Amino acid sequence: MQIYADNAATTALSPKVLEAMTPYLTEIYGNPSSLYRIGSAAKVAVEESRQTIANLIGAKNANEIYFTSGGSEADNWAIKGVCRMLKAKGKNHIITSKFEHHAVLHTCEALTKEGFEVTYLDVYEDGLVRPEDVKNAIRENTALVTIMYANNEIGTIQPIAEIGKICREAGVLFHTDAVQAMCNVPINVEQECIDLMSLTAHKFHGPKGCGALYVRRGVRIQNLIDGGAQERSRRAGTENVAGIVGLAKAMELGISTMEERNTRLTKMRDRLIEGLLNIERSRLNGSQTHRLPGNVNMCFEGIEGESLLLRLDLAGVSASSGSACTSGSLDPSHVLLALGLPHEIAHGSLRLSFSDDNTEEDIDYLLEVVPKIVEYLRSFSPLWDKIISE
Amino acid sequence: MAYSEKVMDHFANPRNVGEIPDADGVGEVGNSKCGDIMRMYIKVEGNVIVDCKFKTFGCGAAIATSSMATELIKGKTIDEALKLTNKAVMEALDGLPPVKVHCSVLAEQAIKAALSDYYTRQGIDPTPIVGVIKECDHEHGCGCESCS
Repeated sequence: MQIYADNAATTALSPKVLEAMTPYLTEIYGNPSSLYRIGSAAKVAVEESRQTIANLIGAKNANEIYFTSGGSEADNWAIKGVCRMLKAKGKNHIITSKFEHHAVLHTCEALTKEGFEVTYLDVYEDGLVRPEDVKNAIRENTALVTIMYANNEIGTIQPIAEIGKICREAGVLFHTDAVQAMCNVPINVEQECIDLMSLTAHKFHGPKGCGALYVRRGVRIQNLIDGGAQERSRRAGTENVAGIVGLAKAMELGISTMEERNTRLTKMRDRLIEGLLNIERSRLNGSQTHRLPGNVNMCFEGIEGESLLLRLDLAGVSASSGSACTSGSLDPSHVLLALGLPHEIAHGSLRLSFSDDNTEEDIDYLLEVVPKIVEYLRSFSPLWDKIISE
Repeated sequence: MAYSEKVMDHFANPRNVGEIPDADGVGEVGNSKCGDIMRMYIKVEGNVIVDCKFKTFGCGAAIATSSMATELIKGKTIDEALKLTNKAVMEALDGLPPVKVHCSVLAEQAIKAALSDYYTRQGIDPTPIVGVIKECDHEHGCGCESCS
């Protein structure tokens, strides 16, 4: 049996999305900036996609959508673009959380070299930012608040509408990295007072290499990539036409099927969590209720994450871990440490993430193999010996 | 990062897993904070290591290097075992990714720790023979107890 349970890392391209993209990789290969027919046809496809995406996230205007190479570029652009613009006005403070994606954390860190100060908000044991903490952290010189919509490792969904309202009332710009949340949570940028939002196609069965940044009209942002006049001179570079068409199509499909999928995946997720919690000294990381329908993240004491993943791979399961070993660093996942887990427990983590393509049979199989592997690895773990003798 | 076929073989089917209840020497290195602990058991007859077993908490490379190290010293004399280097363990496994080299160092140190315990039990000061056991090979302070 082969199971792909790493949909938070990336997803399979949907055949329907590929079908929508194909003409723009074959016949309609023109440059959207060109005047002749295959160029203008490509331009039409880009603009139609922009309108589709704007409608799907509740944006007022299609011009508020800018295409990027993906989530990391969108995060970099949103944070650097806004902060550099506001620095001239004496605003040099950023508020974020301790468990953001590295595209946000490392960008904030890079800005400290340009004179910015960063406040990293606690995410508590349940992996949720508290809106009142955001409120208390806002200062006169705060340029931007950036809080992810849903966490990439533990899938916890943040109270974005509440945070958005606080920021709007305080007159501070609010960015959210919605890379993991898109197509899994209903999102409306107007209702939730979101000023900037990052997304990427490959997390919801779209192609890799294409994302978007929503920038609310009136928000001033510096360019990150200078060059040609594409994207109304805000983001240079010939448009990834097929990617853009794929992004819009994948979003359309993902959002139209969201409710049904979420009902199905939530049931599967909760059955898996319940079953895996039967393993002695196991725990679910992050809130179970404020959680993406397809995310399970557990720790099993006494074993190390990478060996668990390799064993799962031998059993036909593709999964991931916040393990130190997989990233080549000695420290375990910064997300699990932010929840307050001790190093030795955070080393033994497992993330299983599901999509449309997963079935109840996958859950049955996981419930069969995961406990066996954990038991096997514990059978020769000196750490497990110590844990049970305590 | 990719493991060689040999590493995967020793990870998938680790040799000499377990404990020796009446071991003549037991050594343990590493710590849970850094994510790897190796414990080696040796049984000595005359001057020969007649049996060797291990228990390891750690990544794929930690398990594979433990397994290979036990294979390399089993049936060898103590003098031969003392000469076992992390390089020899790595070569026997057809190499390790750079970030995993420390696992082979840990395996070498675990064997030395078991030999050290063996000498101590014989009433012999192990340090002049075995040297000082490094519990952690992390180049720059990783914040673990051995580094700080």
